[in-house]
Amino acid sequence: MSEKIIELQEVNKWFDDFQVLKNINLEVFLKQKIVVCGPSGSGKSTLIRCINRLEEHQKGKIVVDGIELSENTKNIEKIRAEVGMVFQQFNLFPHLSIVDNCTLAPIWVKKLPKKQAEELALKELEKVKILDQAKKFPGQLSGGQQQRAAIARALCMQPKIMLFDEPTSALDPEMIKEVLDAMVVLAKAGMTMIVVTHEMGFAKEVADEVIFMDEGMIIEKATTKEFFANPKSDRTKLFLSQIL
Amino acid sequence: MIKDLNFLGKPTRDKLNLFLSLGIILILLSIIDVILNSFLEVNITSILPRWLNFFTPLFFGFVGLHYIRIELSGNKTLDRLNKNINSNWLNAILTLLIVFVLIKNLPPLLNWLIIDADFIGTSKEECSREGACWVFVNVWFKRLIYGLYPNPEIWRINLSFLMLIGLVISAFFVPVKIKKYIIIFLLFIFPFIAISLISGGNFGLEWVETAAWGGLSLTFIISIFALLFCFPVGMFLALGRRSSAPVIRYSSIGFIEFWRGVPLITVLFMASVMMPMFLPDGTYMDKLVRVIIAITLFEAAYMAEVIRGGLQALPKGQYDAGKSLGMGYWRMHLLVILPQALKLVIPGVANTFLALVKDTPLILVVGLLELVGMIDMAKTNPDWLGFATEGYVFAGVVFWIICYSMSRYSQRLEKKYKTDR
Repeated sequence: MSEKIIELQEVNKWFDDFQVLKNINLEVFLKQKIVVCGPSGSGKSTLIRCINRLEEHQKGKIVVDGIELSENTKNIEKIRAEVGMVFQQFNLFPHLSIVDNCTLAPIWVKKLPKKQAEELALKELEKVKILDQAKKFPGQLSGGQQQRAAIARALCMQPKIMLFDEPTSALDPEMIKEVLDAMVVLAKAGMTMIVVTHEMGFAKEVADEVIFMDEGMIIEKATTKEFFANPKSDRTKLFLSQIL
Repeated sequence: MIKDLNFLGKPTRDKLNLFLSLGIILILLSIIDVILNSFLEVNITSILPRWLNFFTPLFFGFVGLHYIRIELSGNKTLDRLNKNINSNWLNAILTLLIVFVLIKNLPPLLNWLIIDADFIGTSKEECSREGACWVFVNVWFKRLIYGLYPNPEIWRINLSFLMLIGLVISAFFVPVKIKKYIIIFLLFIFPFIAISLISGGNFGLEWVETAAWGGLSLTFIISIFALLFCFPVGMFLALGRRSSAPVIRYSSIGFIEFWRGVPLITVLFMASVMMPMFLPDGTYMDKLVRVIIAITLFEAAYMAEVIRGGLQALPKGQYDAGKSLGMGYWRMHLLVILPQALKLVIPGVANTFLALVKDTPLILVVGLLELVGMIDMAKTNPDWLGFATEGYVFAGVVFWIICYSMSRYSQRLEKKYKTDR
């Protein structure tokens, strides 16, 4: 087995009195693709937001690329620069053009020269097939184009890991495919990915493992084939019967 | 034909010309009645009893407007007129009343302001006193602009403001690359060059103490410095109020609520009377500096709340995106959050700036005389007693011009930075 890049041990998280994550244990290896699914409110978004510490966990241990997440802000910023994230609502910066969205962090966080950052941005935009939109502002793009721009923006930081938080849930049906296509290309190129999604077709195509979560717990964790062929728990069976 | 009119019935399109001409005649009659009444003291309807002839213009106008209220007349001007000022009987009456008020008041006002006014002269005896005596403003002009600044040194103020205007104008015409440096120079270096030029005391320039500064130039000096400082202070307070560190948050809240809770006049008194007592012995801070600090802090508290509104209007996703790209607090705020938030609050910031400019006359209470203060002083001069009205009208016009230009400029900025949606 290859190098272990993310490790969660006994992770617990509460929002006030409500426990969102209960004793989560998870290991992710380099180049592994993991799909997380489950009903809404099951804690799957919170789980991946904990990995780059957009949310704090209260108990347990999270190690990303050999660095343990703690109060240390320098560590957190270092990890965030290595972990790309794509959001449900795209969250592009509306005051900047698409190419400026992509070069902002490389220039100011990684201190890349402007020219080099721009070349990199254009290359990534080419990969997600929106090179022709580079000079436009986010508000002028369709949802699918915006989400692909957001993927390119995250890739411009040349992350080791990519987190996807329901990347297609806010899209019109005809735009879902173009975003999934871009993600498949990325997966085939060997990126380590954790994807929260309900797109089971995507899971079947690229995922190595599928995790099913409910009520803050990992109910089932299996290889993709195993997960869809014979799910063990009744809860998983019920979920799959509803979603497929 | 009279039968066709069907008095106060619904005017119709097929007799358009008849109704139109009749309506216009009646409206003209009512207007002529008002004009004769107000300016020539002639009452053409005096045959009627007093209680009735008082309302005749209104009655004539009302019936006239009723006759020209023809739906879909085919005449564009008439249709637009009817839609906007004559859509029903209530609007017709309101329109008439406004027209009457204008007719009664506009000519006398213009008479006072311009036609009967005296502009040239050197003493109040040259004013006929039938209209405004602009000689007052004319004679005192230098004092109103420069305060008690010594005459031979006035070129220093002129030079400073000419440089300011020149730099601002050149900033509009040079390429973006140089523009950046001009703006930085204007914001961070020029104010201090200008202030040392005006105050003097070095480079062989005669020292002019701030007590001698005054008039419109002082208004500008105070406004510009307070604007420059209150913006960043307000920004830090706004960020501080949203900070997760309790010490920073509560001290920001305390500061904002304290300064918003006290009247500016009190603050100015404190700055000029109380603050010297708190300063250690031997240190001296100029009264003008103290006043600028006081106004800055006062307006910064308002600015902070305006900017906080913008920060709160941004979706949480923008913060998430900034963080997820590895940006720390300051990078995220400077590159992502503030550019968007400030764009949202341009109207509010302009509002606060306008309020600040209009608050400057209050420094009168601590003995600094800017434009309004100088007028106050001039009107108590024994040779010029009784010209307060002219002075205040002049001050009002000057302030209006300043504030209106600022308002226009803020609207331009709003348009310029509208990138999304």
